[in-house]
Amino acid sequence: MLKEEDKIFKNLYGFEDWSLKGAMQRGVWSNTKEIIEKGSDFIVEEIKSSQLRGRGGAGFPAGLKWSFMPKGSGKPHYLVVNADESEPGTCKDREIMRNDPHLLLEGCLVAGFAMHANACYIYIRGEYYSEASNLQKAIDEAYANNLIGKNACGSNWDYDIYLHRGAGAYICGEETALLESLEGKKGQPRLKPPFPAGAGLYGCPTTVTNVETIAVAPTIIRKGASWFNSLGRENNTGTKIFSISGHVNNPCNVEEEMGIGLKDLIETHAGGVIGGWDNLLAVIPGGASVPLIPKSICDTVKMDFDSLKEVKSGLGTAAVIVMNKSTDIVDAICRLSHFYKHESCGQCTPCREGTGWMFRMMEKMVKGDAKVNDIDKLLDVTKQIEGHTICALGDAAAWPIQGLMRHFRPEVERRIKEYRISEVA
Amino acid sequence: MKHPGMTNKVYNISNDVFNWSEDNFNRVSEIIKKYPNSRQQSAVIPLLDLAQRQNSGWLSKTAIEKVAETLSMSYIRVLEVATFYSMFNLEPVGENFVQICRTTPCWLRGSDKLTKVAKEISNSKLGETSTDNKFTIVEVECLGACCNAPMVQINDNYYEDLDEDNFRKILIDLKNNKSINKGSQIGRQTSHPKRGNDA
Repeated sequence: MLKEEDKIFKNLYGFEDWSLKGAMQRGVWSNTKEIIEKGSDFIVEEIKSSQLRGRGGAGFPAGLKWSFMPKGSGKPHYLVVNADESEPGTCKDREIMRNDPHLLLEGCLVAGFAMHANACYIYIRGEYYSEASNLQKAIDEAYANNLIGKNACGSNWDYDIYLHRGAGAYICGEETALLESLEGKKGQPRLKPPFPAGAGLYGCPTTVTNVETIAVAPTIIRKGASWFNSLGRENNTGTKIFSISGHVNNPCNVEEEMGIGLKDLIETHAGGVIGGWDNLLAVIPGGASVPLIPKSICDTVKMDFDSLKEVKSGLGTAAVIVMNKSTDIVDAICRLSHFYKHESCGQCTPCREGTGWMFRMMEKMVKGDAKVNDIDKLLDVTKQIEGHTICALGDAAAWPIQGLMRHFRPEVERRIKEYRISEVA
Repeated sequence: MKHPGMTNKVYNISNDVFNWSEDNFNRVSEIIKKYPNSRQQSAVIPLLDLAQRQNSGWLSKTAIEKVAETLSMSYIRVLEVATFYSMFNLEPVGENFVQICRTTPCWLRGSDKLTKVAKEISNSKLGETSTDNKFTIVEVECLGACCNAPMVQINDNYYEDLDEDNFRKILIDLKNNKSINKGSQIGRQTSHPKRGNDA
């Protein structure tokens, strides 16, 4: 179990004061000026050697991403924080923004400085109204105390932070769709290249990063990269907030060490599976977009990027959706298919048409009103969508179905056979 | 899934006029200042949101036209934003806009039952406004409060850790114009694992 002193999010549940006074007592903003004086190269190198991987789902090495920002491009640089938390199962950034917003703001300054940016936009999902309200109050406090603004923290670096509320679109969590949305357009992803580091917001060098990745940065610099990478294992270092939802006795967000066993995580923090561990059916370990894993894998799997990849799933956003044996597993995945159909932006044909087709086919599978070879047809369609769209939403819509058929095909076939018998009778 | 935010039709009322209120007119210039010069189109989502708040929770054709005029954008560019994002309602909604999360994490913990309760109390179908104009009930996709499932959003606030009984009470209180408490309905501190008062 993660030691109390190794926790980065000391006010994850909001028992303490979230405002500037409380944050300062927890050590936020304590020596920000010294961190900045070490220089941008130092910060990027330290993040690189901490092996921090992006917390938004893809797990791209954060330090490397930050280093893509050009030097002396002559254009303004932007840091854009992706707070459009919409991946089903995920509710971690919400707790950071409402209970410890200054941790994020300090991270915005440190990371933004490292990227030679003088302005930062935090794009928060529109539904998070009270979270946006806390965050805006924290921004106002930071300006009033010269922590940001002109000569931020006395560092000779000018830095502005603006909060921008979205209006309800999952796709805006995709970085280029987010930029389109921030520019006042429909949130439809852009073709890459050019990557945002070359031409992002308003055509200027931009880095889009998840809230949690930014919020952990100052603590990593303060305590040192070697502290961070002593937790977890090679390439899967540090701590992570896990959102545990579904059929557990005590659903919760919890910060834990990377690589904790899934069973350990659920039993130690979430009060165990409803009905006991043996009543577990399957777990979606990283938010709706990753394939589910059945109990046999859950027994031993560790919660980190590489371990979950080995079992053909993924850590994603570390949103653990637990399903016990009372679950209609086909309907659970069908609901996710409905989600992707609803959230497809409509730009690429394979996704726009495919997500609707897959949902309708999944609806039939729930009842069993299909043929056994329809399963192969459905899998074939998922393969035709995967990798053939501008953004990863197409992949994300395909994977849950592939995961279902990989592990629960006999259940789907059983339904089809039973439905046929009932039709004849 | 019927939802006033997911229609592509603009609901037009004759002789409708939309002008910024004085407070909102000042807010508009504050909002535009957040974005670089000549990039004021970035303010389209915040301004549509402001217009919707001023217009009882939905966007009329004239409100959309006003936003276009304010930002020197063509009407169609604003309209395509208003139709793309689900939070912009293009039809009038009731006093309490109740959005029930239906995605898997909430569904696993009984969101279907909440929908049933809401239909019963409001005596209306999903996506429609009750005859007393108190409620518009809709089902929506993940609202990002999965550790407090099942949950609903009513106007701006989240109501979490619901079951049939406490949700029924919330709706009845709203019907009788009583105030209700937002957040967890079982006395839980945000998403802390401890439930109820034993935290």
